[in-house]
Amino acid sequence: MATEILMPALSPTMEEGTLAKWLVKEGDTVSSGDIMAEIETDKATMEFEAVDEGIVGKILVAEGTEGVKVNDVIAILIEEGEDVPAEGASSAPAAASTAETAAPTLAPATAAAAPAAPATDATPDWDADVELKPTTVREALRDAMAEEMRRDEDVFLMGEEVAEYQGAYKISQGLLDEFGAKRVIDTPITEHGFAGIGTGAAFGGLKPIVEFMTFNFAMQAIDHIINSAAKTLYMSGGQMGAPMVFRGPNGAAARVGAQHSQDYAAWYMQIPGLKVVMPYSASDAKGLMKTAIRDPNPVIFLENEILYGKSFDVPVMDDFTIPFGKAKIERAGDDVTIVSFGIGMTYALAAAEKLAEDGINAEVINLRTLRPMDTDTILASVRKTNRCITVEEGWPQGSVGNYISSVIMQQAFDYLDAPVINCTGKDVPMPYAANLEKHALVTTEEVVEACKQVTYR
Amino acid sequence: MPPKKKAAAKPNVSAEELLGHYREMLLIRRFEEKAGQLYGMGLIGGFCHLYIGQEAVVVGLEAAAEEGDKRVTSYRDHGHMLACGMDPKGIMAELTGREGGFSKGKGGSMHMFSKEKHFYGGHGIVAAQVPLGAGLAFADKYKGNGRVTFTYFGDGAANQGQVYETYNMAELWDLPVVFVIENNQYAMGTSVKRSTKSPSLWERGAAYGIPGEEVDGMNVLAVKEAGERAVAHCRAGKGPYILEVKTYRYRGHSMSDPAKYRTREEVQKMRDERDPIEQVREMLLTGKHASEDDLKAIDKEIKAIVNEAAEFSKESPEPALEELWTDIYATEIPQEAS
Repeated sequence: MATEILMPALSPTMEEGTLAKWLVKEGDTVSSGDIMAEIETDKATMEFEAVDEGIVGKILVAEGTEGVKVNDVIAILIEEGEDVPAEGASSAPAAASTAETAAPTLAPATAAAAPAAPATDATPDWDADVELKPTTVREALRDAMAEEMRRDEDVFLMGEEVAEYQGAYKISQGLLDEFGAKRVIDTPITEHGFAGIGTGAAFGGLKPIVEFMTFNFAMQAIDHIINSAAKTLYMSGGQMGAPMVFRGPNGAAARVGAQHSQDYAAWYMQIPGLKVVMPYSASDAKGLMKTAIRDPNPVIFLENEILYGKSFDVPVMDDFTIPFGKAKIERAGDDVTIVSFGIGMTYALAAAEKLAEDGINAEVINLRTLRPMDTDTILASVRKTNRCITVEEGWPQGSVGNYISSVIMQQAFDYLDAPVINCTGKDVPMPYAANLEKHALVTTEEVVEACKQVTYR
Repeated sequence: MPPKKKAAAKPNVSAEELLGHYREMLLIRRFEEKAGQLYGMGLIGGFCHLYIGQEAVVVGLEAAAEEGDKRVTSYRDHGHMLACGMDPKGIMAELTGREGGFSKGKGGSMHMFSKEKHFYGGHGIVAAQVPLGAGLAFADKYKGNGRVTFTYFGDGAANQGQVYETYNMAELWDLPVVFVIENNQYAMGTSVKRSTKSPSLWERGAAYGIPGEEVDGMNVLAVKEAGERAVAHCRAGKGPYILEVKTYRYRGHSMSDPAKYRTREEVQKMRDERDPIEQVREMLLTGKHASEDDLKAIDKEIKAIVNEAAEFSKESPEPALEELWTDIYATEIPQEAS
């Protein structure tokens, strides 16, 4: 049976090319792998190999011909003793083209035509009669990990100094003693490598907690966090993913300079496939860490060194968890909404105190998770206060606040009585000098000033 | 270090085994040729890296693997998937971006997975699969299930820093992982000689205490024999092992590579003198394990499998538009196949 040789596409973008040279002539016998012709694409001159075996019955496009369309018949291959079929008798197969597909009508998930009233969940994190115990964020994180490690043998902790040193920031204190070296694992200083090994272990059925001594060092590992951990579920059509937690302190500590002070909230928040948590209080830290360890997806858990030593009430319960995507209204008010998360909450709450002295009642929302983000709670509050300020330590361009502003503009524009203001860290690398560092971060005064501006006071 | 071993001149191998290797290598060759053809027709898009010439590597190593062992590799992954028994139809349909593909059309040539066959991708970032493979081995050691992971990477990836971070931890923790360096001599267009002054890639493992050896990757029996040594080392709890498998790819780095960095004569010489499939064919015929007619029948059978895969890959519909929004987050933890 005669086989048509078609003009091949030899690059991802080629639509036509020049048949530069035939390396076979009519009557030649070819077998698979033999080079038949040289073809010039838009990028290079490529050799074109035979796939089938046979005799070159007819060459239909002369060498030197330019503008030969992909999938045009350029030659006919026949078998021994066979005649060349009459020209025109053949019908070249139609090129399959994805462009034939009807134009997608799927709208992005966020662009709802007429935003419905936000559905908020204001149930408290624990019942009113539960006993409370003052606990530091540090202890809360340790307790959460220990409880989950007792609950599930597949959970383990790996990172630099997590075991024998008891944690560079003492978050894993006591875990080696209780769980042993098999499940609390000191790694060499090799973030790229151990983030990859942790991700592979998650593919293999374990539930790793990967501690970065700080998220600044996770930049060495970000390829595995994003390309390996976050994207595999999608790339595998749902067959396998990475149920794991990447955790550690994030953002500025104090006087550690530009390379140890970056806030990565906005970076990770952008990635589909990741969940991103940034707790403020000890109860946030405990309840969200337990949820993170149980979540079947890769979770970025952004802690803060300055908050580690702060004490908050934590409910004494057998199994206290906080669901992702549920913000907490830390302080109710009617005049202006302040949205923040993580250490940003310290500025937000301090500003609210000061504003109250001037008779301005701010509503302060603690987001807790950035992806999924509880935009419903933000929108419901803005519908009430008609004003919004966001607070974070990260940089201004492409900030978390920028995203919140766009959501409010698209879904609550008519409710706004003033532009949304984003209070952020300054657009500079972190300086070392004490006075400069203080100014490089967002300040309570800036938050107070912004609130006064939008309330026209 | 164990001494380098050459494959025995008269291999102690059954006809059945030899025929199996022939069939599997031929399947990869014909599948890849068909993939190249479908690419030429515009049915496969983007990047498409063919495995033609390297068939003996995966076929030899799969012969050394046991049920439950894992494998992970780079973007040049079609051969690995075929060799571990994944359905050619599902692979080809993934290449054409169709619903019937292993990743429902969402992964493409470089990103396919099979929980059932313990194939963990299909990774597009050069050398990223190396720590991932060690992580799979970490999970197996943690569970104490006696499994071994084959982690494949190329001579180009061998210069990535994360390979050496992984060597260090794999040996430190005695992880049951076989690092397979598929040295096809060119990292895209850069020959090994132009990228390093330490061209013996397996010897770099010595810096971390990892044993290894160089293997003739055009000889499927030599690969299998070396693979068995490596696997035995891992299963004995002695930690990782490195195989530098010297091989050759006949085609360009990807479909759009004209391969001007080497001569046509170099490629032709390799094809004429070292071809892995021809070598086995010779063994079968001279050893009177099979007749020309027997081999023709196998050729025909393979051609039918590949044509069926190609037909399936054209007929399977494109994924539904709703698929754009699925598989971004898991709602429950997928269970590990036992």
